[in-house]
Amino acid sequence: MPSARTAPVTTAISRRVSMLLGAALLASPLALAAMDAAAQPAKKVKIGFVTTLSGPNAAYGQDMKNAVELALDHLGRKMGGIPVEVVYEDDEQKPEVGKQKTEKLLQRDKVDFVAGYIWSNVLLASYKPVVDSNTFLISANAGPSQLAGEQCSPYFFAASWQNDQPHMGVGELLNQKGAKRAYLVAPNYAAGQDGVNGVKTLFKGEVVGQDMTKWPDQLDFSAEISKIRAAKPDGVYVFFPGRWGVQFLTQYAQAGLKKDIPLYSAFTVDAVTLKLQKDVALDTYLAMTWGPDLPFAANQKFVDGFKKKHGDTPTFYASQSYDAINLIASGVAATKGNLKDKAAMRKALEAAKFDSVRGPFKFGNNHFPISNIYQQEVYKTADGGYDLRTINTVLTAHQDLHAPKCKM
Amino acid sequence: MTLLIFEQFLNGLQIGLLLFLLAAGLTLVFGIMDMVNLAHGSLYMMGAYFAAVFVQWTDSFVLGAILALPAGMLLGVATEYVALRSLYARDHLDQVLATFGLILFFNELARLIFGAGGMAIELPALLAGQIEILPGLPYPTYRFAIIAAGLLCAGFLFLLVQKTRLGMLIRAGASNREMVGALGVDIKLLFTLVFGLGSALAALAGLMAGPISTVQIGMGDNVLILCFVVIVIGGLGSIRGAFVAAVLVGVLETMGRAFLPNILGSFLNPSEAGTLAQALSSMLVYILMAGVLVLRPAGLFPAPGR
Repeated sequence: MPSARTAPVTTAISRRVSMLLGAALLASPLALAAMDAAAQPAKKVKIGFVTTLSGPNAAYGQDMKNAVELALDHLGRKMGGIPVEVVYEDDEQKPEVGKQKTEKLLQRDKVDFVAGYIWSNVLLASYKPVVDSNTFLISANAGPSQLAGEQCSPYFFAASWQNDQPHMGVGELLNQKGAKRAYLVAPNYAAGQDGVNGVKTLFKGEVVGQDMTKWPDQLDFSAEISKIRAAKPDGVYVFFPGRWGVQFLTQYAQAGLKKDIPLYSAFTVDAVTLKLQKDVALDTYLAMTWGPDLPFAANQKFVDGFKKKHGDTPTFYASQSYDAINLIASGVAATKGNLKDKAAMRKALEAAKFDSVRGPFKFGNNHFPISNIYQQEVYKTADGGYDLRTINTVLTAHQDLHAPKCKM
Repeated sequence: MTLLIFEQFLNGLQIGLLLFLLAAGLTLVFGIMDMVNLAHGSLYMMGAYFAAVFVQWTDSFVLGAILALPAGMLLGVATEYVALRSLYARDHLDQVLATFGLILFFNELARLIFGAGGMAIELPALLAGQIEILPGLPYPTYRFAIIAAGLLCAGFLFLLVQKTRLGMLIRAGASNREMVGALGVDIKLLFTLVFGLGSALAALAGLMAGPISTVQIGMGDNVLILCFVVIVIGGLGSIRGAFVAAVLVGVLETMGRAFLPNILGSFLNPSEAGTLAQALSSMLVYILMAGVLVLRPAGLFPAPGR
């Protein structure tokens, strides 16, 4: 009996050994090949770009896509000598769709970088799958406070700002203009909450009222505007990105408040909304990290190139997308196309050795830019159009307040 | 404070009346033709686009608005004739699928024709200012005009439905469609007329909302949900129900946004009150709907015989 039992065991063992041997033999050339690939530059750099290409804010997605294409043109469609391919995905401005498209980019397209994201709530939903797969994620717009603080990641970089920063610029602007009583209105989602918090951190006066509107489907602000009139503030701050900015400013002017109570805003007036806002955006106070007239060579090349290629003035969304692509290019060039070496890539991205449209560009410890915040205004151009110009610097080399909470 | 309450009531009334114009068309089509038309919001959007284009062409807000109405109606009739007619006999799920497809179709059509950037409708100087409706209460003239136009339309619809032969057929159709057909009424023609009327109302709502909320792709999609709430509260097929429910929804929503934070703030701490008020004010309308459905499952003013 024992022999009968041991015989199959020994054969089983020998079979397993031979299988292991065979597997090792089979695997070794593969392993060699894999090691080879790790040392060799990649044959192609694949970037997934997620933005909003349908719905009422499709114009911004298109604007960002245009900027990416321009950046690729300026790079000769190569990064560190390696051809680049960008896969665009439409998030429909919905967190769940953004997440799904991001996962598709990671799993099916196997992209080396993920970039884009206009909306903070979409980015927050898509964030984990990307950084968990050790893929570098470059935000070209959204900069939610969560990702700047506790949830920061070695794999996440913002080519834009931390949400609070331009709003803090508005808070300081309110102080500079001598406003004592401010009324705050912003949409009730991640970026809107960051917005009012940003204003409050620097504004020294009293907040006499605050409304958080239903996002994204509230388009009529009559109730809020009536409350503003009744509260009699000497400054109104709003944050209504994209289409909502047109609606709020138009309704504010229709209610006759524009001439009585100065309007302060961030992210609410840009090249796309200006086409519809026109006069209602004149004589309002704006704060932003970038303007089309910033006097840097890279910025002029970008703005002129954009106007020539796409026939339009770029928005800040576009400027940040252009920077995001150039940031990636600087990383690929510095690592000589060795995309597998994540540590080297992280170092290269942290160094941010590229010509930013915002001039000297530096990341803080949480991979968010340390940036100037400028005051801007709207003016009428000679040909009857409207454009933004920079008036002065409100905050210099400003770092967001969440950076100390980031441990990495 | 009384002035502010009155002002907020006007704001609510104005939103409610815009909702009514949309919901009236929807409830007619739903109640009389038993057709779920998700694309009603697209007709609202196309009406706004027509108005924006015509205002640009004619350089006159009034002329543009007058031209946009028949254009919206024609588009509605054409849609009914081409796409919807074959769906009447199908069940609701098929209709939902088909009309959802129409939403995508119209959104893409608008993007191809008018571009992704949206359009603004400029108001004439006469309507762009404010009027002092009570001492110390200036109100945007245009919003006041919407209230007036909405009330006029409601009156017109009431007369049409209650006092004319067409209205009688509409009411009969809402109660018993088959019987109306059996009595020798050309039901196809009636349906086309009803659909055209609904489309014209949607276009009117769109062109009136345009100067306030700008004309953009998908502008009807969000409003549509609220419209369904309105017709469920009001009772399917009932114009009167749609009117009462729309004004109720508009006023309740506005009042909630306006005063809930203060009311809750009187017994909660400010940040808690703020969060709770935001959550509650966006739910108010649905709480109202749930309440109405519990007490009156067929809505406030159901069409008789249903």
